[in-house]
Amino acid sequence: MTEIPREEYILKCTSACAGCGGTLSLRYVLKAAGRDTILVVPACCTSVIQGTYPNTAFNIPVYNVAFASAAACASGMSTALRAAGKKTHVIVYAGDGGTVDIGIQALSGAFERGTDFLYICYDNEAYGNTGMQRSGATPLGARTTTTPAGKTQPKKDLDAIVAAHKPPYMATACPAYPKDLFQKVEKALSYRGPTFIHILSPCPPGWRFSTEKTVEMGKLAVRTGMWVLYEREQGKVTINGPSKAAMVKPLPAEEYLRAQGRFGGISAEAVSRMKDDAAALAQRLQKEEKGIC
Amino acid sequence: MLTVATGNKAVAAAVKEAAPAVVAAYPITPQTEIVEQIAEYVSSGELRSQYIPVESEHSAMAACIGASVTGARTFTATSSQGLQYMHEMVNWAAGARLPIVMANVNRALGPGWNIWAEHTDAIQERDSGWLQVYVGSVQEAFDAVLMAFAIAEDERVLLPVMVNLDGFLLSHTMQPFEVARAGDFIPPLHLPHAIDPAAPGGYGTLTGPEDYFKLRWDIERSMRDSAGVIRETQERFARTFGRKYGMAEEYRCEDAEVIVVAMGTLGREAEVAVDLLRGEGIRAGSMRVRWFRPFPRLDLSGRDVVVIDRDYSFGFGGVLAGSLAAAGGARPFSVIAGLGGQEVTYEDIAGFVRERRPGEEFWFGVNGDV
Ligand SMILES: Cc1ncc(C[n+]2csc(CCOP(=O)(O)OP(=O)(O)O)c2C)c(N)n1
Ligand code: SF4
Ligand SMILES: [Mg+2]
Repeated sequence: MTEIPREEYILKCTSACAGCGGTLSLRYVLKAAGRDTILVVPACCTSVIQGTYPNTAFNIPVYNVAFASAAACASGMSTALRAAGKKTHVIVYAGDGGTVDIGIQALSGAFERGTDFLYICYDNEAYGNTGMQRSGATPLGARTTTTPAGKTQPKKDLDAIVAAHKPPYMATACPAYPKDLFQKVEKALSYRGPTFIHILSPCPPGWRFSTEKTVEMGKLAVRTGMWVLYEREQGKVTINGPSKAAMVKPLPAEEYLRAQGRFGGISAEAVSRMKDDAAALAQRLQKEEKGIC
Repeated sequence: MLTVATGNKAVAAAVKEAAPAVVAAYPITPQTEIVEQIAEYVSSGELRSQYIPVESEHSAMAACIGASVTGARTFTATSSQGLQYMHEMVNWAAGARLPIVMANVNRALGPGWNIWAEHTDAIQERDSGWLQVYVGSVQEAFDAVLMAFAIAEDERVLLPVMVNLDGFLLSHTMQPFEVARAGDFIPPLHLPHAIDPAAPGGYGTLTGPEDYFKLRWDIERSMRDSAGVIRETQERFARTFGRKYGMAEEYRCEDAEVIVVAMGTLGREAEVAVDLLRGEGIRAGSMRVRWFRPFPRLDLSGRDVVVIDRDYSFGFGGVLAGSLAAAGGARPFSVIAGLGGQEVTYEDIAGFVRERRPGEEFWFGVNGDV
């Protein structure tokens, strides 16, 4: 049985929105990482919710850095710490915009160089910090302030991009499954080299659902197959329990989409394309898991 | 040990002496030789640094920032487009009070593509909180890099330092120089605000106007204090290695009626022009501005001033001329020369002096002969 430590590294009085999935995720990430950790945070919601100088709501050292630069900054930090003989975990905690859009070059460079760090993308599928504009990770059909009629392109396949760098460990997660997330962070940190966790992080104001439904929304994402929990360890894929079950008997995608205001008015065509994409991903992962690819 | 090498090789040799814990850099002409030479030192074991071959200049400075905040000595080098691409992080490094040392090989900005000497690249970073020094010889490039670490890491400064050398005119020009053994000239780095899991805290968190203002003033205060630290360090350098440097290098200025002010290799060329003019009976002198930030006080009172800018601020004028006018009330004859590597000889400079028109601006090669 995994024991999640009681110790809290996120103290009371953050300025996160009620029901913030990203902050809930970070709570478990830090519990798994423990005290000997430095968090590197580019511009995103997490840079705001720490509070205002000279106070901070995070009880670990946090290095806030420019939007595009988190992976590169962490690269330098990890290199210097290792050269000084220190084992301190260096964890990037970045939004989807800071990962799939402006930060992707630094991310790719740091992974290619084999930097010893954990990169976590908490994905609320838009630019939360600046008021919910689209990002490359915004799904098809979702309304944001810059896609008022719904996004016309599908979500960028970040995991495939990261997988192409062949990191020793990468996984997806969701704070609706805290134990799963906790274990994945522990596992990622047990590896040397670049590791990666992509966390779908429900965001009440951005996705337009009420604040008590964060966990429900995460579960719906997994049960409808719109988000798949899996790991890629030394290249070997394992689909995790909740997603395995969902692949046998998925809930209809509409249950997830209808629960969120951002998908209001989504076309039948877009819904069908999202279903096709989800089915294709499930198939691909199942094949990879069986070693047929 | 006396040796002959290019400015780039001299910079690399000085970095070897300073032995930073981390070097993160990206190649660009005419700087490339610096990073190649450092990579070579690291690979052969002559330099026990970690070399991070980043994928861009933005990441080069970001990696230096991440390394430096752990308390590690850090170096990078760039030029022109690379410095521009790095701009956001250049400001970040100073704001974060990290004593990073960077060599910038001055090169013109595109378009059109032009790889030759011009100072506009570095001049555009003048308000970032970096100290800036411009050198005039290969020896000076070596010496300036050594001193840069000592100055940047001084607790009264804790600001990054940019050492500028002219593209090709210095970066690729072979000159004899002495490799000084750094010994204990650069004390070990002690960064008071090094990041440490034993003392959790936020770095660069949201900061309201009142605190932000104080932090900005603190940068300016350190920038002002840095002038004294530069003086002390240069004096200590002179005592240790026998070579003397000032904020600016004055040449035959005591009785001068007209003074030429310039930076980098143009400042050296001006000294040759001064000798030529003296031979003609014109009491000329020259001041080569080395430290551009903090900006030096030059005694130009009662003399004519000819300023040569190898840079330009569109809609304003030559930045060195404008700075001198603002600092000392001088009405210089402002010559814009050497942009994009344009050749400027001592004879050309003597011409600027002979035909000077105080208060006017002159574009050499565009406005015709003086
Ligand atoms: C170079 C630069 N461009 C733009 C911004 C403005 N900006 C700050 S955060 C942000 C969006 C962040 O989105 P994401 O990474 O998804 O994180 P989230 O806010 O959703 O947590 C933007 C556009 C910036 N800080 N820096
Ligand atoms: S906008 Fe969304 S991600 Fe950002 S703090 Fe609010 S709930 Fe969290
Ligand atoms: Mg986001």
